[in-house]
Amino acid sequence: MTVAVLKLYLRSPAAIIGLLLLFAILAMAASAGWLYPRDPLSLAGRPLIWPFENPRFLLGTDNSGRDIAAQIFHGARFSLLIGLVATVIAVIIGICIGAFAGYYGGWIDNILMRVTEAFQILPNFLLLLVLVAVFGSTITTVTVAIGIVSWPAPARLTRAEFLSLRNREFVQAGRTLGLRDAKLIFGEILPNALPPIIVYASVVMAVSILLESALAFLKLSDPNIASWGNLIGLGRDVLRVQWYVSAIPGVAILVTVLAVSLVGQGLNDALNPRLKGR
Amino acid sequence: MRILSLAGRRLAASIPTLFLILIGVFLLLQFAPGDTVDAMMAQMGGGDAATAKELRRFYGLDLSVAAQLVNYLWRLVRFDLGFSAIYGKPVVTVIVERLPATLLLMTSALSFAFFMGLVLGVIAARRVNQWPDTLISTLGLIFYAMPSFWFGLMAIVVFSIYLQWLPAGGFEDITLVHSGLSRTLDIARHLLLPSLTLGLIFLAIYLRIMRASMLEVLNLDFVRTARSKGLDETSVVVRHVLRNALLPMVTLIGLQAGTMLGGSVVVESVFSLPGLGRLAYESVVQRDLNTLLGIVFVSALLVIAVNFIVDLAYARLDPRITSGA
Repeated sequence: MTVAVLKLYLRSPAAIIGLLLLFAILAMAASAGWLYPRDPLSLAGRPLIWPFENPRFLLGTDNSGRDIAAQIFHGARFSLLIGLVATVIAVIIGICIGAFAGYYGGWIDNILMRVTEAFQILPNFLLLLVLVAVFGSTITTVTVAIGIVSWPAPARLTRAEFLSLRNREFVQAGRTLGLRDAKLIFGEILPNALPPIIVYASVVMAVSILLESALAFLKLSDPNIASWGNLIGLGRDVLRVQWYVSAIPGVAILVTVLAVSLVGQGLNDALNPRLKGR
Repeated sequence: MRILSLAGRRLAASIPTLFLILIGVFLLLQFAPGDTVDAMMAQMGGGDAATAKELRRFYGLDLSVAAQLVNYLWRLVRFDLGFSAIYGKPVVTVIVERLPATLLLMTSALSFAFFMGLVLGVIAARRVNQWPDTLISTLGLIFYAMPSFWFGLMAIVVFSIYLQWLPAGGFEDITLVHSGLSRTLDIARHLLLPSLTLGLIFLAIYLRIMRASMLEVLNLDFVRTARSKGLDETSVVVRHVLRNALLPMVTLIGLQAGTMLGGSVVVESVFSLPGLGRLAYESVVQRDLNTLLGIVFVSALLVIAVNFIVDLAYARLDPRITSGA
C-alpha cells in the first residue's frame, strides 16, 4: 500500500517539486547551527550591507547589523517547529472533539458543534490577538495559541468521517464483540478516518506558519527568536531604500508554505487517485 | 418568503453562539495582566492607589467576575458596549468611526477575489491540463503561499516608492480639501493596493474552488443535453454551467468572512488604514480590553450578517433549497 502510494505520489511533478523544496528547508534548518554557530540575533557587522556586496554576509545585514542569512537559516527552524507543534495541537484537539461529536451524536454532538461554530464565527486572527494579549508572546504561548485557533476545521472533517464510518460493519462487529467506546473510537474508526485528516494537516501547517509570521510582523510574537516575520517587521522601517531586508525573509516564508501545500496536495492526489486534477 | 423564514431560523440559531463567544472572551480577558485602569494610570503618568480604587469603582471593575459579566451582557442587550478609557469615548462611537474603512476594504477585496477567481477558474477549467490551466493554478498556489503583509510591503516598494503611482498608505489625502467625486476617486486610489493585498489570498482559494466545481458540473448529464441541443460553448458555460458551479463559491464567502476580517488586521496595519482591524491591534497593544471585547462582538455580528446574506443568495441560485425540506 505504501509503495503504491509513493509511486502515485512521485508521478506528479508538482508533488516532487514540493518534496524537494521541503527537503531544502529541512536541510537549512538542520545546518543552521553548523553553518552559523553564532547567535543569529547578535551583531555581526556594519548595518544595512546589501546582499552579495560582502562575501561574509551573502544576504546582507539588517538595520542593526545582524547577518540576514543567519537569521534566515535559524528562522527555518522556528517556522517549521512552530508550524509543526501548532498543527499537532490543532489536529489532536480537532480529532478528539470531532470524534466524540461524530461517534456519539445527539446532545454531545449538538454542544460540541455549537462550540466549534463559535470558534468559526470569531475571526481566528482576532482570537489569536486576544490570546496573545492575555497570555503574552513567548514562543510557547504563541505556538499553543495558534494551535487553539486552528482546530475547528480538522474537528469538522473528523466528525464527517466518523459519521460515515460509525455504522459500518467492522464497527458493528467490534461493538458485538463488546469493545469499549474508547477502543472503538481510537482503535477501530480513527485509523480509517485518518488519511484525509493527515492530508488536511498540511493546510493547517501552512496556515500556522503564515499566522505566526503575521503575528511576528505586528511585533506580537516572541522578539527573542530569529523569526522570519520579525525580520520583515524590522525591515519595514527601512523599506524605502533597503527593501531587501523585508523581501528576503518573505521569499523564505513563501517557499516554505508552498512546499508544505504542494506536499499536501501530492499526498491527497496519491491517496485519492480518482479525484486527481480537481 | 419561505427562504426568509429559513434564513431567519439560522440567524436565530446563531444568537446562542454569539453569547457563547462573548462569555468565553469576557472570561478569557479576566486573565489579562493589567486592566483598563492600569492602562489609564500609565497614560496619565502614574497615580496613587486611592485614585485607582476610585476609578475601578467608577468603571465597575471592583465587582466580582460574575457580577461584571452579568452587567456586561445586560448592557450589550441595550447595545451599549461600554466606555473606552483610552480613546475617551464610548466604544460604540470608536467602532462606528472605524467601521466604514474596513467594510469598504472587505467589499472591494471580496469583489476582486470573487470575480477574478471566477474568470480565472473558468479559463483554467476550460483549458484543463493545458498551459493556461497550469499557469493559473501555479499562480494560485503562489498567491496562497504568500504572506499578505509581505505582498503589501513589496507592492508599496514597487508602486509607491519606485513608480510613485499610488499612495503608500492612509485612507484619503487629508491635505486636499475636496468633496464628491474627487474625494471618492482619492479614496479609491488609496484602497487599490490594500484591496489587492487582502484579495490575493482569497483569489487563490476562489479560483481553485471555481475550477474544481466547473470541472465537476461540466461532466453532468444536463450539460451534455445542452450541448447536444446544439448550443455553442459560450452559452453552455454561461447559462447552464456557471449558475450551478457558483454554489460552492457563494458558500465560501460565508466561510471566509471571518478569515477576511482577520486578514484586514494585518493589511490595515501595513497600509495604516483607520479601520476595525487596526483598532483591534491598537487595543491589544494599549490593553484597551473594553474596546477589544466590543470589536469581538461587532466582528461576530458581521460574520453572522454575511452568512445571512449568503443564505439568501444561495436560495436565489438554487431554488431547490426553498422548495425542499
